[in-house]
Amino acid sequence: MPELRYIDAINQAHHEEMLRDERVLVMGEDVGRKGGVFGATMGLLEKFGEDRVIDTPLAESSIAGVAVGMACNGLLPIAEFQFADFIHPAFDQIVSEAARMRYRSNNAFSCPVVFRAPYGASHGTALYHSQSIEAFYAHVPGLKVVAPATPYDAKGMLKAAIRDPDPVLFLEHKRMYRVVKGEVPDGDYTVPIGPSAVRRQGKDLSVFAYGWMLHESLAAADAAAAEGIEAEVVDIRTLAPLDRGTILTSVAKTNRALIVYEDNSFMGYGAEIAALIAEHAFSDLDAPVMRVAAPDVPGVPFAKPLEEWFVVTKDKIAAAMRKLAAY
Amino acid sequence: MPVEVKLPQLGESTYEGTIGKWLKHPGDRVERFEPLVEIITDKVNVEMPSPHEGVLTKVLIPEGQTVAVGTPIAVMETADAPAEARPAAPPAPVSVGGSAPRAPVTAEGARLSPVVRNLAAERGVSVEEVAQIPGTGAGGRVTKEDLLAYLQRRGTTERAAPTSLHAGDQLLKLSPLRRSVAQRMAQSKREIPHAYGVIEVDLSTLVREREAHKDAWRAREGVNITYTAFFLRAAVDAVKAFPIVNSSWTEEGILLRKAVNLGIGIALEDGLIVAVIKAADQENLTGLAKQVEMLSGKAREGKLALEDVQGGTLTLTNPGVFGSIWSMPIIVPGQAAIIATDAIVKRPVVRDGAVVIREIMHLGLAFDHRIFDGAIADQFLHRMRQKLESFTGGERAVRDF
Repeated sequence: MPELRYIDAINQAHHEEMLRDERVLVMGEDVGRKGGVFGATMGLLEKFGEDRVIDTPLAESSIAGVAVGMACNGLLPIAEFQFADFIHPAFDQIVSEAARMRYRSNNAFSCPVVFRAPYGASHGTALYHSQSIEAFYAHVPGLKVVAPATPYDAKGMLKAAIRDPDPVLFLEHKRMYRVVKGEVPDGDYTVPIGPSAVRRQGKDLSVFAYGWMLHESLAAADAAAAEGIEAEVVDIRTLAPLDRGTILTSVAKTNRALIVYEDNSFMGYGAEIAALIAEHAFSDLDAPVMRVAAPDVPGVPFAKPLEEWFVVTKDKIAAAMRKLAAY
Repeated sequence: MPVEVKLPQLGESTYEGTIGKWLKHPGDRVERFEPLVEIITDKVNVEMPSPHEGVLTKVLIPEGQTVAVGTPIAVMETADAPAEARPAAPPAPVSVGGSAPRAPVTAEGARLSPVVRNLAAERGVSVEEVAQIPGTGAGGRVTKEDLLAYLQRRGTTERAAPTSLHAGDQLLKLSPLRRSVAQRMAQSKREIPHAYGVIEVDLSTLVREREAHKDAWRAREGVNITYTAFFLRAAVDAVKAFPIVNSSWTEEGILLRKAVNLGIGIALEDGLIVAVIKAADQENLTGLAKQVEMLSGKAREGKLALEDVQGGTLTLTNPGVFGSIWSMPIIVPGQAAIIATDAIVKRPVVRDGAVVIREIMHLGLAFDHRIFDGAIADQFLHRMRQKLESFTGGERAVRDF
């Protein structure tokens, strides 16, 4: 199996799906001639032409709105937001229109659109290019939200998202694009939206993470293992709908839960996992549920020392693992 | 606003208390720290000061009823809830699950996590028993692993034979004191590897002189100079020579105690209580005798205060008063040894090649063999013997002992 970078797996999924089904089309800022700001849509314009690879104005609300209209009328659009930070103008279209279309029309319309958005802090990308936005959208019934962490999952889940009859917000942590590599089969396959994956078996505590945080958590688990702490690491690759069973099974096994997310702590996505465990795994707990998340400040700072203070790293996660294991 | 008054934790290992007497009644105005209610625990009777200022509106627990620590016992109406009067946040998940609310925040070791509680219930281990397990978690908390290891250690033997009932059998309910004694003794035997040493002490001179002068001593010193006082004095002397006997075992190391706080076992109707003479090394014989008299009196009247039973570093028990001639006492948890003084009995012994009759007492030491060995124990006992046998007598000797 060839080893691909995360970005290449995304690109490959686009090519294969557009070839497989002519209803699939791509739209967004610089997705055509430039091939996407990160290169996710490279080569599509040349292969599939301007009708299916549409460079749009810098107007996120209309990117989403047009995509919703297309989806309601039989097309399978993939709408790319250059950065998740810029998705906010499209909030209304995504939340009030796309997510509720099937419900509001009493099943007369579905809205099979994929919204792709690179999210998260990278190096020095600061307030406007570092945001984590998953909590806003995972809150909305009717919308699926995924955040695959491996190239294999990126390709398989993007295909699954494109084929899904309902809207999917597809989050790609931008730090993974060129750093995370992994084996990706050439041919067609999908990774179902829903199930989480246990990436590392352990008996002492369970870590729940997604996106780039999965990789930081795995690295932290390696460090902790050297000290005799065996952490189980679960990849919450689908944020909504959440695979509760895998989480509860893991907590029943280890009796201790650590939730890691890059967003600021207050009301972040991990709070929902904490609530789930508190409600359904109370009698399994041997320690309080703990979280590692960013501080509650308005954005990722630009200054390097402040960025380091803000972002969740493997060292911070390992420190929390030690604390939880010692509780 | 109304605030609940809860039964506080009144001692290191008290888990429940009995309402003795309500000193205030519904409608009474109560100042903060004013005595509100008399609480009887397994160790002491105390007047509980009111945690709030306000009016007592409701008594929730009537006199004579025993409730667990943390149970609301009354409701007070306060002007507003000052910060410290706000009902404490429930100690994590603990008080939510079980039926018996447990010691709040202060007793870290007694806080059990849901999974530990669950497992204990499944395996038939009482919460009290779990609380006795030395925990490896934060602040000594008992973790699931600790409980599993404990269950493994305990094995199946202890629970093998269920108690069978015979016609006419009667179940005596455990008094709080009985339960506390049971727990602490079982804990000590479970955790401390006990070893013993016993020597003979010739108390002929001491007995003779005491019989001759005790009334004069009492008249002059204002207290009955008992044998126990002499034994305590000898113990202090021996501790100075062998300070390791006055210590505690911890996983980090042996904790040498600076203070010499001597506990004395006092027999009560339904159990034994150990009262503590603080800084016993600072007292002379008369001082020790006075302390013994004061503490015994308080114990029999049920008036021991919390500080009277806490902080012991070495204990002396005197089963001799009941005629025992050879005792093997159990060490008070947290201490290194316990001294036993048995009955003083006239015995034929050999002195200078001739059989003579002397007043002989067995002096014994049960000690934690993790902390020191038999050689130390025996030297300690010999030192006590030397001291006791060195008593020369005479009317004034009591001042110099």
